[in-house]
Amino acid sequence: MMTPEIWSSLTTALARLLIFPGLLFAVPAAWFFLWVERKAVARMQGRIGPPFMQPFYDFVKLLGKDTPQRTGVGGMLMKAWPLIAVSAAAGAVGLLPVLPASGGFQGDLILLLALLELPSMCIIAAGFSSRSIFGEIGSAREAVLSVSYNVVFLLAIVSIAASQHTFSLSALAQLPASPLRWLGIAAILVCLPAKLHLNPFSLPNAEQEIYSGPMVEYAGPELAMWELSHGLEWVAATGLVATLIAPAFTLWWIAALVFVALSFVIVLLLSVTAAATARLQIDTTVRFYWQCTIIFAVLAVASALFMRLKA
Amino acid sequence: MKLWNRLMCYCRRRSPWIFHMNSGSCNGCDIEIVASLSPRYDAEQLGVRLEGSPRHADILCVTGPVTHNAVQAIKTVYGQVYGPKAVVAIGSCPATTNVFIDSRTLAGPLNKHIPVDVFVPGCPPRPDAIVLGIAKAAEILAARGSKPLVAAAEPEIVGDPGENCVSCACSSTEVQA
Repeated sequence: MMTPEIWSSLTTALARLLIFPGLLFAVPAAWFFLWVERKAVARMQGRIGPPFMQPFYDFVKLLGKDTPQRTGVGGMLMKAWPLIAVSAAAGAVGLLPVLPASGGFQGDLILLLALLELPSMCIIAAGFSSRSIFGEIGSAREAVLSVSYNVVFLLAIVSIAASQHTFSLSALAQLPASPLRWLGIAAILVCLPAKLHLNPFSLPNAEQEIYSGPMVEYAGPELAMWELSHGLEWVAATGLVATLIAPAFTLWWIAALVFVALSFVIVLLLSVTAAATARLQIDTTVRFYWQCTIIFAVLAVASALFMRLKA
Repeated sequence: MKLWNRLMCYCRRRSPWIFHMNSGSCNGCDIEIVASLSPRYDAEQLGVRLEGSPRHADILCVTGPVTHNAVQAIKTVYGQVYGPKAVVAIGSCPATTNVFIDSRTLAGPLNKHIPVDVFVPGCPPRPDAIVLGIAKAAEILAARGSKPLVAAAEPEIVGDPGENCVSCACSSTEVQA
């Protein structure tokens, strides 16, 4: 029997996945963030940069290109990876606790982290299934990078959650700002360039060395899906930080506006960093994450333990 | 459906991703391609993106007089670009083999091997001529749509190469003749 509560939670979940902050909002936002990234890089280089609708034009054009013939299990997998990546990224955006009292459940933080990780898993798998040497190098780099930054990324988020005894995103988003939370946010921000493949950590898709890495064999609609999943990753990753920074509002439209504005600022910050830096070598990157930023993670875990002991 | 086709045509014109291929060029034209993406000429305003993989590209930009070694590579790369696609021959070399004419190491000009849509003559051509050539190719590409590939009946020739032809001091008409 379907009780009214189940129906209402089901409609809330569908509205979050499909309307706000889900697909209806996230897809235009993804294109907007991709444009902001390119425009910011262009302005930093003294250029004018692409027109506002450029990512949309690119997406539609790619949909209209010929589709590569793919046969066998490998071909089916290659077709599946971009779709899995897009749906995982869209699901991650749908889980963000943007609006007050929008539902959510105990443990949705863990689901969000898993969904955020899935696109990069798909990228790794896609590079290896393409059987291109450049794709395989790119995938190996993505795997190494993912092992490096995720230590800091996950420890930071988990220590914020553990200090408050909750794995529910909406509960975390409504917490008052504390030094531990700012430490965690700083650690997450350091990890975002690697998660989004931006300079100085744009190793997996290094155009000048390994063409486009794992994407090298993709064309047409499949490439359009990869572009879209990259854009949705932008929305999800910046949105996660935005919800952690934003104070709790009771009015839904103020909450939505603050969320969009904060995401925009973070996108701008990351793009400017990307334009101002050059790509590091893979060993330098790994050393950076394992030796330099691990201090954030240690501090975050230590202060989480301290807060637990005090409470 | 008609609306979708018009939108597709519009988007194709505004999003030409290029792949740059050197078929034995002296690197002069290659530098000018990079210059056309630089702050002064900024081809990204037209949506141009230099892609690392021919699979991602719409427009193949070929420089150089097509040496024997490059012929097979050009054909392979041309096949790797998914349709609809267009080819821009950049510089006087792919158009006529330029000063290397009658050399036994060459198999040029380029349109003996793949259909060329736009010629941008010059030695090297100016970056604004290259940008114009890419824009013309994007228009051809949009008009061609997903119809099976046919070479443009009359390839476009853009730019005025005569004034800065450094290696042979030829004029544009001579290069074409």
